[in-house]
Amino acid sequence: MTSAADANSDRSVLPITERYTLIGWVRRNLFSDTLNSLLTLAALAFLFIVASNLLRWAFVTAEWGVIPANFNLIMRGQYPATEAWRLWLVIYLLGAVVGSSWRLLSGKFSGAARLLIAIPFVLMLIPFFSMATRLNLVITAAASAAGFFITGYLPIQRRGRTAAYLLLAYLVVMLILLQGVGAEEGPMPPVAPILWGGLLLSLLLAFFGITLSFPLGVALALGRQSKLPAIRVMSVIYIEFIRGVPLISLLFMGQVMLQLFLPDGFPLVDRVLRALVAITLFSAAYTAENVRGGLQSISRGQYEAANALGLSTYQSTIHIILPQALRAVIPVLVGQFISLFKDTTLVALVGIFDLLGIARTILANPDWLGTQQEVYAIIAVLFWIFSYSMSYASRRLEQRLGVGQR
Amino acid sequence: MSEEATADEIIVCQDVCKWFGDFQALKNCSLRVQAQEVVVIIGPSGSGKSTFIRCINRLEEHQAGDIIVDGIPLTRDVRNIEQIRSETGMVFQQFNLFPHLTVLENITLAPIQVRKMRKDEAQDTAMSLLNRVGIPEQADKYPGQLSGGQQQRVAIARSLAMSPKIMLFDEPTSALDPEMIKEVLDVMQELAETGMTMLVVTHEMGFAREVADRIVFMDGGEIMEVGTPEHFFTNAQHDRTKLFLSQIL
Amino acid sequence: MQTIHASQVRPPFYRDERVLGVFSQVLVVVIVLGLGLFFFSNMISGLREKHAVAITFSFLGQTAGFDIGESLIEYSRERTYLRAFVVGLLNTFQVAVLGIVFATALGILIGVMRLSTNFLVNRIAAVYIDIFRNIPLLVLLIFWAQGVFLKLPRVADAIVLADSFYLSNRGVAIPWGIPTESWRTYLIVLGAGVIIGAALAYFLREHGKRTGRMPLVTLWFIITVAAVGLIGWIVLPQPLTLDIPSLEGFNTQGGIILSQQFLALLSGLIIYTAAFIAEVVRAGIQSVSKGQREAATALGLTPAQTLRLIIFPQALRVIIPPLTSQYLNLTKNSSLAIAIGYPDLFAVAGNTILNQTGREIEMFTMIMGTYLSLSLLTSILMNVYNRRIRLVER
Repeated sequence: MTSAADANSDRSVLPITERYTLIGWVRRNLFSDTLNSLLTLAALAFLFIVASNLLRWAFVTAEWGVIPANFNLIMRGQYPATEAWRLWLVIYLLGAVVGSSWRLLSGKFSGAARLLIAIPFVLMLIPFFSMATRLNLVITAAASAAGFFITGYLPIQRRGRTAAYLLLAYLVVMLILLQGVGAEEGPMPPVAPILWGGLLLSLLLAFFGITLSFPLGVALALGRQSKLPAIRVMSVIYIEFIRGVPLISLLFMGQVMLQLFLPDGFPLVDRVLRALVAITLFSAAYTAENVRGGLQSISRGQYEAANALGLSTYQSTIHIILPQALRAVIPVLVGQFISLFKDTTLVALVGIFDLLGIARTILANPDWLGTQQEVYAIIAVLFWIFSYSMSYASRRLEQRLGVGQR
Repeated sequence: MSEEATADEIIVCQDVCKWFGDFQALKNCSLRVQAQEVVVIIGPSGSGKSTFIRCINRLEEHQAGDIIVDGIPLTRDVRNIEQIRSETGMVFQQFNLFPHLTVLENITLAPIQVRKMRKDEAQDTAMSLLNRVGIPEQADKYPGQLSGGQQQRVAIARSLAMSPKIMLFDEPTSALDPEMIKEVLDVMQELAETGMTMLVVTHEMGFAREVADRIVFMDGGEIMEVGTPEHFFTNAQHDRTKLFLSQIL
Repeated sequence: MQTIHASQVRPPFYRDERVLGVFSQVLVVVIVLGLGLFFFSNMISGLREKHAVAITFSFLGQTAGFDIGESLIEYSRERTYLRAFVVGLLNTFQVAVLGIVFATALGILIGVMRLSTNFLVNRIAAVYIDIFRNIPLLVLLIFWAQGVFLKLPRVADAIVLADSFYLSNRGVAIPWGIPTESWRTYLIVLGAGVIIGAALAYFLREHGKRTGRMPLVTLWFIITVAAVGLIGWIVLPQPLTLDIPSLEGFNTQGGIILSQQFLALLSGLIIYTAAFIAEVVRAGIQSVSKGQREAATALGLTPAQTLRLIIFPQALRVIIPPLTSQYLNLTKNSSLAIAIGYPDLFAVAGNTILNQTGREIEMFTMIMGTYLSLSLLTSILMNVYNRRIRLVER
């Protein structure tokens, strides 16, 4: 025992690799043994090669002139410049609605909320933004903060329902603002959807795709869980069919065949609208599978308790089952929104000028020949900023809700 | 006993049979319960006790025999099923509270949705019920924030809010830590004293001895023996009943 | 007073549980069928105006009259539409199979890197995953095709690696083996090697079952086959001669040329899918609880044994289902080939054939039927596998 005590007294100081100092950290994490040291050296070499090439390309080789010259096209396509204020108004309102519903649904100004508010500021870092754009982004951030705090002072009872109504109202207002009303010379002249483009259109397609697909998806999920075989079978067929084929084939089908399905004399459906139909039908199958996951997570006891209380199937679905199921799948649905946002790029292949479609038109312009790397890199970065920040926020939300921790 | 129910018989089960696939869970179970009577069902696990009381409010569908609750025959008629369900309350082993609703919302949901009660009225009833089960201060909490015993008391209050004539208890204390069992049993005993008709599946022999008017022993899907507590604990007739009691006591 | 025979009371049909159940199903079926019929009749009448026969597959026998850039089987513009369809299908298969193999390898590598205790290695993997999971595949593919492969020098100035790889904006020329007379014999030898290996594997497995110590069966199988292959190669007079490409004027000669479209599609799919597979692998390995590792260590298993006998079998169970869906995604995503001009199933059938014949219904039926059968086949195999694993579990 004495010898052990002696040894211990020598060890009253932590060995260097255990200490929370810079050197200790480096030793522990980078050079703990021979293999580790070799790996570190290889990683450093790899990083050096990648970083030096990337930096040389970004600051020496690349010709960034193409981006500012086409900046408005990238952002909003052919949407008239004189009407750009309407777009900003839509974005301010979005900020306010997001802030407000965050207060309604979550209640707390958590890390994820801070992150959401940070998105506009992150976007400000994009080098090609004008000062006016940056100012507008600040206003957006302010609007969402205002939405969050003002909602806190309102005496609202049914929070979930209020948030849903708020979202619906926003959808309507947004469409009116984008589409415009009244005469050509009026204060808000109409702008045809075919003129909407760029980032604006990409976001709109994803947003409307997920929103419109939601009711259909929930219905399909309930159908797939139904105890009535005919309804179950039809839901399964729809879901498995859509999930079994590539989106591109649905988009092409929407373009060439949608009109065929409609009766003669039916007004020709807009190209963008046809794509939206395909996207919605596509997304509904995935929503259904995600919601089904939530439905399966609900114990049988919940159904039984609702039955024993005398609630009808409809009542227990609306008041007991769906609220729990949907709450459980919010993070998954955010993930689905992100992948749908990325998938909207496929509309560029059916002649629609979303972010990617616009990139292709810019590159077709003789002035900008050979700038593929620059243009596509910027498109990729734009997509990356949006989907990474959304997925980061949802991961934080998930951690807070404790979902996914078994 | 005659082939016809008397006016006081609130539950009549005659030759009830139930199969799960090839397995027969209930074999010709017959039981008549008087209004205001407390009947405790005991028996080894897998003996069909739970299945039996779950047939009474149609959580399970019985395939042969008759069940009549308060004069309403339990058939495929959806109106009858609704009526019977709104007259019987049920308390589950796993509480089955709705985790996304507060305690108060748990209790008021069915009165507002099914009975079409006004919200403030329902809330008043709920508060008085919470007083009765002894946890009025928990009204605005969520089920997940309560202890097991408190949750089960909320579940009892939730069933009572529909002012049922009959209460079914499916092993209400089996999922509870030992120190919480008493608080739930106390609420049940108090409920029995008010004259509620109760059908209780339980392993709590003390409760059975003290509160039950009659005890039913089930084994292998059959009702083996029915009698008063006194009869049961001193003078059980059937061998299997004796064996069971000797194991459990 | 009431009679006891409740079960004989038949409720009126409009309140009967079963009747209501059947009725609501019939209602939904009628609505769906009605809608379907409405669309279908609109479609048929629309098609009647366009074609003589509304729906027919006879055009598949007609001469295609268009060229396809690359094909695994013999094809020319004189061949039929059906042949063209098959060419597209095989091209899809080719990309999908190669993509799956390489994406799995890269994905496992990055997934394991992600779990490394080495901070730098771990971060590199994390950054890779975060970058590629958040960029649309289509943008990545087009960037790759137009921003990288098209920017390679012309053939005359091709980048030459190790004197045998020629990188140009046409694609990459790589050395390729040309079979000689002894190739067939060599194949037979190789086949024998596989049989010997399988027999050995079977014996080892049985032996392992008896003793309870399972040897590394797969490893021994591979060693056996490789050994036989090597011996055959040495004994036989050169089964393959290596054809190394060389520059001849404005073209490369010899070897085979992998087109830039093919390479862009393949590498794009690999890079993108690997990021997702890496996450699947990481989550699978992390899903095995720390307790399992601790229990194994407490039993005195070495780290290698713990990994092989405890961690890996359990992780695999978690990994396989999402991995399969990634394989399916890759296969479906290969249809984006149309954006960069690689003639896969969708580009050939959904674009070229459809535009030439105007047969939308027929072509979409064939395309979607093909993709659907692939998906269904995979999910059936998946279910069989799942069932087997569940049996093991019990």
